[in-house]
Amino acid sequence: MTTVQNGEPGAVTTTAPRPRRAHPLLAFLAKRLAITAGLLLGVTVVTFGLVNVVPGDPVTANLSDQALNDPATVAAFREKWGLDQPLWQQYLHYLGNLLRGDLGISQQTGRSVLDDLVRYVPATLELAIPTMVLALVIGTGIGMLAAVRNGRATDQIVRVGALLGLSTPPFWLSLVVLYVFFYQLGLAPSGGRLSTAFSPPPTVTGMYTVDAALAGQWDVAWDAAQHLTLPVLVLTSLTVALLVRFVRSAMLEVLQQDYIRAAYAKGLPTRVVLRRHLLRAGLVPVVTVSGLAFASLLSGTVLVESIFGWPGVGQYAYRSATALDLPAILGVSLFVALVYTLVNLTVDLLYGLIDPRIRLS
Amino acid sequence: MAPLLDVDSLAVTLPGPRGPLPILHDVSLSVDEGELVGIAGESGCGKSLTAQTLLGLLPAGAKVTGSARFAGTDLLGLDNRGWQRVRGAGIAMVFQDPTAALHPMLTVGRQLTEHMRVHLRMDRRAATRRAVELLDQVRIPDPERALRAYPHQFSGGMRQRAAIAIALAARPRLLIADEPTTALDVTVQAGILALLDRLRTETGLAVAFITHDLGVLSALTTRGYVFYAGRVVETGPTGALLTAPAHPYTSALLGARPHGTQTVGTLRPIPGSPPAPGEAPPGCPFEPRCRHAEPECGTAPPRLDPVAVDRSVACVVRPHLEVAAR
Amino acid sequence: MTMTAPDPVAPDPKVDRALTRRRWLGRLRGGSTGRPVWRQPIAVVALAILGGWLLAAILAPIVAPYDPLAQSADTYAPPSATHWFGTDSLGRDIFSRVVHGARLSIPLALAIVSLALLVGGLLGLVAGYLGRFADEALMRLTDLVFAFPQIILAMAVTAAFGPNTRNAVLALVIVSWPVYARVIRSAVLSMRGDDYLNAARLLGVGPVRALRRDVLPNSIGPAIVLATLELGNAVLLLAALSFLGLGPRPPAAEWGSMVALGSQDLSMWWVSVFPGLAILTVVMAFNVLGDALRDRLDPRYAKGR
Ligand SMILES: Nc1ncnc2c1ncn2[C@@H]1O[C@H](COP(=O)(O)OP(=O)(O)O)[C@@H](O)[C@H]1O
Ligand code: SF4
Ligand SMILES: [Mg+2]
Repeated sequence: MTTVQNGEPGAVTTTAPRPRRAHPLLAFLAKRLAITAGLLLGVTVVTFGLVNVVPGDPVTANLSDQALNDPATVAAFREKWGLDQPLWQQYLHYLGNLLRGDLGISQQTGRSVLDDLVRYVPATLELAIPTMVLALVIGTGIGMLAAVRNGRATDQIVRVGALLGLSTPPFWLSLVVLYVFFYQLGLAPSGGRLSTAFSPPPTVTGMYTVDAALAGQWDVAWDAAQHLTLPVLVLTSLTVALLVRFVRSAMLEVLQQDYIRAAYAKGLPTRVVLRRHLLRAGLVPVVTVSGLAFASLLSGTVLVESIFGWPGVGQYAYRSATALDLPAILGVSLFVALVYTLVNLTVDLLYGLIDPRIRLS
Repeated sequence: MAPLLDVDSLAVTLPGPRGPLPILHDVSLSVDEGELVGIAGESGCGKSLTAQTLLGLLPAGAKVTGSARFAGTDLLGLDNRGWQRVRGAGIAMVFQDPTAALHPMLTVGRQLTEHMRVHLRMDRRAATRRAVELLDQVRIPDPERALRAYPHQFSGGMRQRAAIAIALAARPRLLIADEPTTALDVTVQAGILALLDRLRTETGLAVAFITHDLGVLSALTTRGYVFYAGRVVETGPTGALLTAPAHPYTSALLGARPHGTQTVGTLRPIPGSPPAPGEAPPGCPFEPRCRHAEPECGTAPPRLDPVAVDRSVACVVRPHLEVAAR
Repeated sequence: MTMTAPDPVAPDPKVDRALTRRRWLGRLRGGSTGRPVWRQPIAVVALAILGGWLLAAILAPIVAPYDPLAQSADTYAPPSATHWFGTDSLGRDIFSRVVHGARLSIPLALAIVSLALLVGGLLGLVAGYLGRFADEALMRLTDLVFAFPQIILAMAVTAAFGPNTRNAVLALVIVSWPVYARVIRSAVLSMRGDDYLNAARLLGVGPVRALRRDVLPNSIGPAIVLATLELGNAVLLLAALSFLGLGPRPPAAEWGSMVALGSQDLSMWWVSVFPGLAILTVVMAFNVLGDALRDRLDPRYAKGR
């Protein structure tokens, strides 16, 4: 689509944006889908192998000592979970079920893994979505500010702050925040999704704030929002720290470009140059790094959820990992890998949306 | 009548990693209304920095002394607001590399109209109408369509034409063209030069044309300034500069023979390179590379002294002066 | 493609290697611009902090006033002259435990990073050199590891192998080798692009020698930078694992598990604050040092300041 012409004057053609044809996009999506499928298959192999080849035994992890002494119970457990079959059969069996949308039954909760995910994922999303939005806005703003004030006091403060954020253990920060805002100031609840006085709103999205608002239960929504603040605060500060450094250096690079100087040379107000010209160009690398930021956010949720007693995927992952609950581990892994590829896909699509040069290439 | 742009004893110092770096020394130049003036010199001699000073685009921490007046305004005393009024509408700039100077993610139309709307207070429709006219004026075919295009969809020459149209959009009185053809093919260059000349005659625009290629000046400009190591070393009518250079540097730039049987030669590289800022010798900055250097050249930088009507040279030896004066 | 005839005098690998090494050492000292690493104030502070922790680790038995494992009746004593950082729920002296914690965290982080560098580096070398299938396979494998958030994969591995120090290290090596593999691989590929390896082949230089002569010296700069930055990450991840009870077994004085102990009773803030600060300072020192090294060694970042 890019036409670069060197001959001049002669036949100069401008290829103004043509209406996009669907098929290159479809081809792109199809290719990405195939890659995703391959990746997910790989994830099942790795996780399956990991949990089975290693010494840990789900039987000992799941049954009490008393039950372990009873051979009949152990055998029943093995049979129930298909642990008596050869490994490859177990794997094929699992894959077959997977294709039918059946993720198996969690040995720990006794519910289907799919049900568990449907229950826990919205809780994590309720943390992750506001965090990501806040972090992107704040991180881009601060990073841009630091770049524009390169080398001056503001920049130094931002850089030290980002360094601190990157070096702080998330679990420790959670405790500090709890100590200050819950224990000392009493400004926020200590954990959980909702005060005991309230019962969860009718499930639509699974996110309490949204569901409560949809049901018009404003007191519940407010209570749920209060429970969100501290974990979101912790996750946001960590994610912002990651983004700021990246945004700053990306923006610094853009600031050195001729087109920024050209924009100033046209007599545009600084505000317009920064918002229209700098931000637009700096957004490309920001979008790229936001995929990475999201992955680190998921890591952060594991720790933060465990401290704030937040019943999300992170806690579920932790409990199933320590219990060697294979179907649950596989389910979480697949979910995480899927999210990861979806985020990357979104990043790539956004990339094309922002930068006209790479459309359809 | 006072010149449109009048720069006097301009000196610029930039912050460097090991202390301040003096870049421009005692630069004086002027451009009249509707005049096409050339500024020439090897790369790194401070041509772009002069342009940046005149647009208030120096990096943070730069120190400027001397004076620069544009249409009665003291440029060096301007605040941010004042600069915003001068830029684009008073003095506009065309950059060397059109690919780098156009925003890759904004349409040509947006880049053409955004400052028109600020400076000329036009609404969207009026600005678009003027944009079409401008694109037509710089000979870009199918202007309506070009407005919606992104820069990468243009050829190099077209990008530079678009950049010129953008520079002209807010009706500036002075256009500084900083090596606008260096990044382009030879054939394309001629077209851009002809375009600039036509614009001057059609609109009375004053142009300061920066180049490292003296040959380009002859076709276009009436007067020229030769820069070396942040100083003006020679100035005069372009014809005289090119046929009878008085400063050894000008003559070396031309690759002309010593006593000026004045063939405007092709560029022959001068051995050595210009001194880096802060590393110039105490005397004449050209001394280490000069074939005519005498002992007295090393004492102090020569002043730019008038040697004839409209003609000044900064050289104590002036080996070619008789030729120049004739 | 025409190839210019190789210089009849084959370059002496020793000289070559020395030159390359001098090039990045030169940049470390300040190169053509800027100040050397050890003249940047913040990097000096970082070095001092690290030096302090190293000393603490080495001299722990001398520096620490108490046995880090010794319990006492004096539980939950707030910071005082006798217990600078207070005591925990078992009456153990937190200052002594924090100091002894350096003996675990720093060497373990070094072990994780060196093992990951070794594994990832070797795989990257081989994949980059062999290309084709080997390369493709390696890239897909790294993709696979990248598809898991590090802590989740590390958690699963440790849980599967059994929670103890060795397995935590193993798990963190498993989650962190791919970065090194990619860096080294791209260094090898850029050499291939430069036809270095082809030329070496033509000269009859064996792959091992070619790798040693050209690839290693050229990838060592980025690898050092990365390794330094990853040291901080390793300390953080290790602490996170043991916070979750998947690291060194209690009663070991490990910073992460000490923080976890403090989460039992928020009012006894000192139990978790001090070990947390220990983690924070060590990680920050590694990060600052890594940044400073990157600015010096990686030309892409050199102009940034
Ligand atoms: N931001 C800057 N900081 C320090 N030195 C600079 C900066 N910009 C330009 N210079 C130096 O100023 C001198 C003049 O540069 P410039 O005006 O771009 O030269 P020209 O346009 O004549 O090629 C050069 O030696 C260059 O190295
Ligand atoms: S002053 Fe001396 S060194 Fe300088 S240009 Fe003239 S002759 Fe050459
Ligand atoms: Mg220039």
